[in-house]
Amino acid sequence: MSMNLLRLLSRRTASAPVARERLQILLAHERGLRGQPDLLGTLREEILAVVSRHVTLDPDKVIVRMDRGKSVSTLEVDIEVPNGFDKRIAAAG
Amino acid sequence: MAKVLVVTSGKGGVGKTTSTAALGAALAQAGEKVVVVDFDVGLRNLDLVLGAERRVVFDLINVVQGVAKLPQALIRDKRLENLWLLPASQTRDKDALTDEGVGRVIDELREKFDWILCDSPAGIERGASLAMRYADEAVIVTNPEVSSVRDSDRIIGMLDSKTVKAEKGEQVKKHVLITRYDSGRAARGEMLSIDDVLEILATPLLGIIPESQDVLRASNVGSPVTLNNASSAPARAYLDAARRLKGESVTMAVPVERKGFMERLLRRRAA
Repeated sequence: MSMNLLRLLSRRTASAPVARERLQILLAHERGLRGQPDLLGTLREEILAVVSRHVTLDPDKVIVRMDRGKSVSTLEVDIEVPNGFDKRIAAAG
Repeated sequence: MAKVLVVTSGKGGVGKTTSTAALGAALAQAGEKVVVVDFDVGLRNLDLVLGAERRVVFDLINVVQGVAKLPQALIRDKRLENLWLLPASQTRDKDALTDEGVGRVIDELREKFDWILCDSPAGIERGASLAMRYADEAVIVTNPEVSSVRDSDRIIGMLDSKTVKAEKGEQVKKHVLITRYDSGRAARGEMLSIDDVLEILATPLLGIIPESQDVLRASNVGSPVTLNNASSAPARAYLDAARRLKGESVTMAVPVERKGFMERLLRRRAA
């Protein structure tokens, strides 16, 4: 009786399987990146270089975020551009 | 032939220093001539765990820089005549350790000892890479917990790429030592199991050290747990692990505390 109860309770609180799965996903990514150049850093630098060819911008105002999922990952690039940028685009167009 | 063994983990607080002291003592108890070397410059603790903190005169950096000769810096254990300590410096800058300097000291130690156990600092910086640099074997101390396992994986990557052996195209022989293991919590699914950790790290197991009061008690009094209470569960686990390091085949078991009736009763109440 008490064993059954224990098992019932443990099923609800068993967090080790979650830990194992999170680790497996994370380490698969990290092992792939090991020895490789820092992808996020490279993307950030190159995107920054392209944009700053046309607009003056503050390197600190460029934010690159990565969200790794099981099947799809998203890369989000957030660039804050100074005012006047849209006018220049309009003028060019 | 001398063996250089690094005790490492990446993560701090998982039991590197305790394990270095216990494995070093266990090997010495088995008749091997052992030196334990503290690489944690600025935060030395191996002297304290071994109860030699008041006998430190010279340290690893003094020897690397030629201020002291190796025999002057080595401290012989008072209980085990086969066990020696080369302490780390408490004050000097860790940049004082150079790759060549450490290499020279390790070569000199190889001539005098059977085992050279290098206690690595936490992290993946210079101190940790120097501690593993000349290793033939590595003990990766891991707690059954996500951050520790992740850091161990990182350290395994370094052992496979940044060591002299790896650069020569050879392999550092790696062993995982699981510490602070609580079989009850693992059985209830609250803690990563041994199989989980081994499957993820894909590295052979050296031993399972149970979470135990005896470990704390031993470091409180400055005596390796294998000497302080040789029949305790963690001591038996370390003694078995040391035999495996020597190449003996010892059946792997999760050592359990031998508890008295009252203790068991109290524990059940507390839970």
